[in-house]
Amino acid sequence: MKRLKSFLTSWEALLVLLLALGIGIGSVLSPYFLSGFNFYALTSNIMEIAIMALPMTLIIIAGEIDLSVASLLGLTSVVLGLLWQSGHPMWLAIGVALLVGLVAGCLNGLLVTKLALPSLVVTIGTLALYRGLAYVVLGDQAVSSFPTAFTNLGFGTIPGTELPWSGLIFAILVVIFVMVLHFSRLGRQLYAMGNNKEAARFSGINVGRVKLMLFILSGLIAALAGVIFTARFSSARPDNAVGFELYVVTVVLLGGVNIFGGRGSLLGVVLAIFIVAVLQNVFSLLNISGDIQSLAIGLLLILSVLGPNIARRIQVVIAHRRLAMGSSKQV
Amino acid sequence: MTTTSQEVERAKQRSQVNQARLLGLVSRVRELGLLIVLLLIVLTVSVQAPRFLSIDNFEQILLSVAILAIVAVGETLVVLTRNVDLSVGSIVGFTAFVTAYFFKQLPGSNLLLGILLGCALGLVLGMVNGLIVSFGRVPAIVATLGTLYAYRGLVFIVSSNTTSQINASDVPSSYLALATTQIFGIPALILIAAVIAVIVGYFLHASQAGRQLYSVGSNPEAANMIGIRRDWLVFAAFAASGLLCGLAGVLWGARFATVDSTNATGLELAVIAAVVVGGVNIFGGSGTILGVMLGAIVLGTLQNALNILNVSQFWLQALYGAAILGAVVLDALITRWVQRTILSRRKKA
Repeated sequence: MKRLKSFLTSWEALLVLLLALGIGIGSVLSPYFLSGFNFYALTSNIMEIAIMALPMTLIIIAGEIDLSVASLLGLTSVVLGLLWQSGHPMWLAIGVALLVGLVAGCLNGLLVTKLALPSLVVTIGTLALYRGLAYVVLGDQAVSSFPTAFTNLGFGTIPGTELPWSGLIFAILVVIFVMVLHFSRLGRQLYAMGNNKEAARFSGINVGRVKLMLFILSGLIAALAGVIFTARFSSARPDNAVGFELYVVTVVLLGGVNIFGGRGSLLGVVLAIFIVAVLQNVFSLLNISGDIQSLAIGLLLILSVLGPNIARRIQVVIAHRRLAMGSSKQV
Repeated sequence: MTTTSQEVERAKQRSQVNQARLLGLVSRVRELGLLIVLLLIVLTVSVQAPRFLSIDNFEQILLSVAILAIVAVGETLVVLTRNVDLSVGSIVGFTAFVTAYFFKQLPGSNLLLGILLGCALGLVLGMVNGLIVSFGRVPAIVATLGTLYAYRGLVFIVSSNTTSQINASDVPSSYLALATTQIFGIPALILIAAVIAVIVGYFLHASQAGRQLYSVGSNPEAANMIGIRRDWLVFAAFAASGLLCGLAGVLWGARFATVDSTNATGLELAVIAAVVVGGVNIFGGSGTILGVMLGAIVLGTLQNALNILNVSQFWLQALYGAAILGAVVLDALITRWVQRTILSRRKKA
């Protein structure tokens, strides 16, 4: 009973409510909203953002941030395209793209941990650098002649279902990330680091090494997202996924992860991913353009931090008033 | 007992004074270093392309950084308080579009009215940022990442309801003249940027609020404790940044004449690069306007050099990224060196 009550007043419950509301609005707006194909469209549209949000959740819980993920997606997509175009086999191109992600993530991590630089500034720098390198590599061209086996994986579905292949990858990753964050020692260490870095260090956690691993993981996953994105659109362009960092950070913070670190759950983030997916879907049903969608997502990002802050202040005011009333009664 | 603790206290004070003096020296060296870098670039490029070294080209460089410099002055105020404003590109884009549209619709109206309109719009958007950050307690990075896209969305809404593009022929020539007028043979654009830099630089150096801005950045808690109204100063810094972006937007419209909903996209990266290359500490609390101006000029010179050496402009963004990383890495190494030097001096004493 107590657990039920604490769930009903939690952030996650609010997210479930929002998701239900979104689905309700969607199905009122269009009879096709609840169709299998729309489910496919809705899911496959958010999957790159969704898988990048998983390491981002860990990074923000540990008290850091990685703004370079979308640029890295673009860079790895371009590397993949260029290698394929110049006649290398697909497995090699994918392998090198993943390697680029790993190395780029490692650079982020080394700058943050070895030089004690704030991840915010480091990843703003690499946001510009990685996107810039994508332009240097491919200029204003695009590679679009990918093999059908590759692109079929990109926009095909798992036979017998309406789930895209990327959905399967996401599901597997969610299981792994939940195990790590919520059921392992490493997960507890991440929360400890986010709550109090010094205390975490004194209790024997190798903060630098854990953070370095997180940034490498984030780079690797961004590269994986780059491969998926390239397959889905059958196109490698330097401006692929420009601005996706907004979406990734938004789903993580909307999911209830504290921007200062130390608090949050993957359940909330997964719910937030689907809320944003439904929102995107509803917008396209309403014919609202992508740029105006970004306006809504930007506001959502601010509100997901501002909302709880304001709620807390109101709570404090109410508590004070109660206290004042209580004392006046006594008098 | 008392004498030893007093001595310790004195030694502490001395080492703090030493550190402050050393850091002050380093920042002087930083400005000198930037000048040397600038000189090196100029020398290497002009060996390969002699036309690089001409008064005309120098004027071109200053013209190309003038707008960037105005925005960078505002960004400096924000970074000094240990915050960051990522929305500057969108504010410039918004005010440029609205101002140009205003002149297109009302070509007969007063020039000053249009300028004031652009500045006021920028001020309002900057104040919204400031409200969210200092009174809503939302970290600047989240707040301004949000408004970066929200303000850009506003430009799209305005342009989809009015016109997709405004051309030079649509606006009165008096507006375009803002960017081409010369005063005593110097382009007005450069003069405006210089005047703003001097005013804000003097304000930071000499006024009470200016000094308080530094103290908010170097130690927010202590600043609060000695009665500095931190929230208001942070709010004011964002508002000022917005105001300067508004002015920059007005000038952007005049300079580029052709304005659509995507203009000034990504400007924030160049601006942040200029600020950190110019020696403003990303942890807040130190940095000068003179340094930032030199930073902007170095970046502008590099861009110009790419042009003259026929290197693809696609290198530009990578260059900004590398400049940001290079500057913060250098700062970290210097800070480490300063601390180590002081430590070894203290041991000797």
